Amino acid sequence: MPEAMLEVSGICKTFGGVRASRNVSLSVPEGKITSLIGPNGAGKTTLFAQITGFLKPDSGSIRFLGEDITGASPEDIAQAGMIRTFQVVKPFAGQTVRDNIAVGAHLRIRSRRDALAKAEEVASEVGLGDRLDQDASSLTVAGRKRLEVARALATEPKLILFDEVLAGLNPSEIRDVIPVIRAVKDRGITILLIEHVMQAVMSLSEYTWVLNQGGLIAEGEPRSVVSDPHVIEAYLGKGMAQRIAAREKTDA
Amino acid sequence: MRTLIILAAVFAALALVPLFVVSDVWLNIAIMVLYSALLGQAWNMLGGYGGQFSFGHAAFFGTGAYTVAVLQVQYGINPWVGLFAGGLAAVVVAAIIGYSTFRYGLKGSYFALVTLAFAEVLRILSNSVPITGAGVGLLIPLQVAPSNLQFADKGSYYWLVWAMALAAFLVAWWIGNSRFGAQLMAVRDNEDAARALGVRAYSVKLRAIMLSGFFSGLGGVFYAQYFLYLDPHIAYGASVSIESLLVPIIGGIGTLFGPLLGAIVLHAISEFSRDLIGDIPGISLVLYGTLLVVMVLFLPRGLAGLLIRRKAAPQTPKKTEAEHA
Amino acid sequence: MPPSGAFSQFIVSAMPDLAIIIPSVLNGLTTGALYALVALGLTLIYGVLHIINFAHGALLMLGLYAVYYLNTRFGIDPYVCLLIVPPVMFALGYVLQRGIIGRASHGRDENILLVTLGLSIVIENLALFFFKSDTRIIDTPYSFEVIQILGAFVPEPKVFAFLGAFVTAGLLWALMTFTDLGRAIRALAKERKGATLVGINADHVYAMSFGLGIACLGVAACLLLPSYYVSPQVGQGFVLIAFTIVVLGGMGSFVGALIGGLFIGVVEALSGLFLGESLGQIGIFAIFILVLIFRPTGLLGHKV
Repeated sequence: MPEAMLEVSGICKTFGGVRASRNVSLSVPEGKITSLIGPNGAGKTTLFAQITGFLKPDSGSIRFLGEDITGASPEDIAQAGMIRTFQVVKPFAGQTVRDNIAVGAHLRIRSRRDALAKAEEVASEVGLGDRLDQDASSLTVAGRKRLEVARALATEPKLILFDEVLAGLNPSEIRDVIPVIRAVKDRGITILLIEHVMQAVMSLSEYTWVLNQGGLIAEGEPRSVVSDPHVIEAYLGKGMAQRIAAREKTDA
Repeated sequence: MRTLIILAAVFAALALVPLFVVSDVWLNIAIMVLYSALLGQAWNMLGGYGGQFSFGHAAFFGTGAYTVAVLQVQYGINPWVGLFAGGLAAVVVAAIIGYSTFRYGLKGSYFALVTLAFAEVLRILSNSVPITGAGVGLLIPLQVAPSNLQFADKGSYYWLVWAMALAAFLVAWWIGNSRFGAQLMAVRDNEDAARALGVRAYSVKLRAIMLSGFFSGLGGVFYAQYFLYLDPHIAYGASVSIESLLVPIIGGIGTLFGPLLGAIVLHAISEFSRDLIGDIPGISLVLYGTLLVVMVLFLPRGLAGLLIRRKAAPQTPKKTEAEHA
Repeated sequence: MPPSGAFSQFIVSAMPDLAIIIPSVLNGLTTGALYALVALGLTLIYGVLHIINFAHGALLMLGLYAVYYLNTRFGIDPYVCLLIVPPVMFALGYVLQRGIIGRASHGRDENILLVTLGLSIVIENLALFFFKSDTRIIDTPYSFEVIQILGAFVPEPKVFAFLGAFVTAGLLWALMTFTDLGRAIRALAKERKGATLVGINADHVYAMSFGLGIACLGVAACLLLPSYYVSPQVGQGFVLIAFTIVVLGGMGSFVGALIGGLFIGVVEALSGLFLGESLGQIGIFAIFILVLIFRPTGLLGHKV
């Protein structure tokens, strides 16, 4: 069986008594959109941080495109083709949108002129073409999210890890950004999402993992995972699965 | 591109100064303005473009100065060689400081304090060892000849510091228009985001401090050859470090012309206060300190910040085709 | 077997006389206590406001001049000045923080460093202008009285300073633990948003904390002048040393400042003994750099 694009095996991480990651393993297949969901505090961002080199796991391994990248630096991992975005958006404040995206482009492009040109190209793709000369810190939340996507795209990645890219957006903004993400996948880029917005998970993601209190409790296609009693309990509390099932019986 | 042309024009005009200014007094002021601009631009490379505020730039300045002085006085080595050696020595010191601080993730105020501590260590060392003349310092013997990097007329000194400043400003322009600069400024504005995009933060900062240190070192070489006297306080004392940061902060941190603007303003204030109040020790510094406080409080982008207007958000957000797709 | 042979003779002759070391250590301890007093204010300010007060040395210098003039003009004993100078310094600190420093940050903590640097330049050079650059000392009836400890003669003022440092630290601790202000300060230091939500006026409490830190300098000035001197540049020598102590002992830790101060005092005295006066100070800066690089939370601080 061919190795998955990203192979996470047995990741464990403890922070002063809190087990943030308990033996987490997952295989991200190439070319698809997959997702990581779970209630707040489940350890999703911590897992992302370990995968992308911002944190070192206590044990376990991470392999990307066949290479062991456990404990590698974020820069090396980005160089290898895996880019992450941040839950709390981090624009390069004081710089224009164009310059922001150009930083991403410079990963592969030496020439300043070419990088700026690439930035313009990518900006149009995500819908920022009309704001290229605007100060990035004056963008709306939706604009900043697009900027995160654009910066990541400009690096010509193979895999993008989106950390709650839809957080903070209202329903119509979400409706506008979902096609942008789908367009990224259509370019052949693999995507792993951390998401809370269920509509996005359902409409975009072909496979999902559910994390709760640091450990994986379920995985599979979103539709089936969402009706998994363990998953329901993780979000809504113990015994909720039975109560919901009982209610449905009486309603029927 | 346009800024490069403006830069060339400004420096071309500056080159003509000795042809029109005959008074030695005014020529000296012009020299000191370019000298301050050189020191300020050097600091600006690390502090303005790189976002790492150093409080100890004297460490680089003094090393350049002492290198050219020691090589001449103790070993009879020609100061033109000393010029390069001084720059190189300053780069080495910068690399050491950069390695010690950036490798271990020191930033912000801690970085500022550690650079100050390094400058102090060098000051104490130079005060204690005979090769630098210890507390007495070094006197470079007067041997006026261009081959000795000493000139009979002030005009030549002016062109020397003009050349150094031009080099520094060209490098600053390059930083603003290159991949290196883009990465440096990204690290300045958000190191995590930059690293997530593949920018090698440590390497970029190290290169920045080495560039910055080089030009500070050149400033030190110029000082040594112009004034022909050096001691630990002059070379490694706080006043050089303060001047180095004051100039770009007042003129406009992280901008190309900020250091020139700041140098002019600072020297204008100094001359003005001398005319008005007299040659009282400390008065200029009181004004500088007040200006620094006022700048940080009300004009953190410096004077250039008044002139550069950042494009703000348009009044009514327009939706494009892509956004409706 | 008694030591014999050339090697052991060398060792014995190389060991400096205890008679030299003990006074040096005692001297270091008393100086260190004064350093600790200066550092107490700095660590309080850092621990609560998370700012590095570069003007600390310059403000100490103002305190010293205040004590000097109260003593020479009005004949007030420096220890009586403890009732006057610290409260005035407290007020000065409050106004500085509320009026200037508190408004400077604009989101970057280096801006605070720059503002306090600017203040220190202004204060030092105004002092240079008004007081001229001479060093001055005061004469008190006990300036030359000594107390004998462990065979060494320690000047009385230094012993008072040593005790004063501990008393001040104790008072600070008591204030932080038992008073409402202390509780408010600790709350604000730990969790700013939560503290403001329960009604604590952040600007006011920050200014009170800064004022307290500067009041400590007032105490330090009263205890320091009898055995030291004052000049416009006197503060500069204390700045980096105080920072070193704060960094060594852990930002925000009073105990750390005390222990760190004593340690640095002894290090300075001993390295002055072995390396000579001028090189002696290098030991301190070397420690500073090393601690910041390898253990920035201090030897007693919590690991981040």
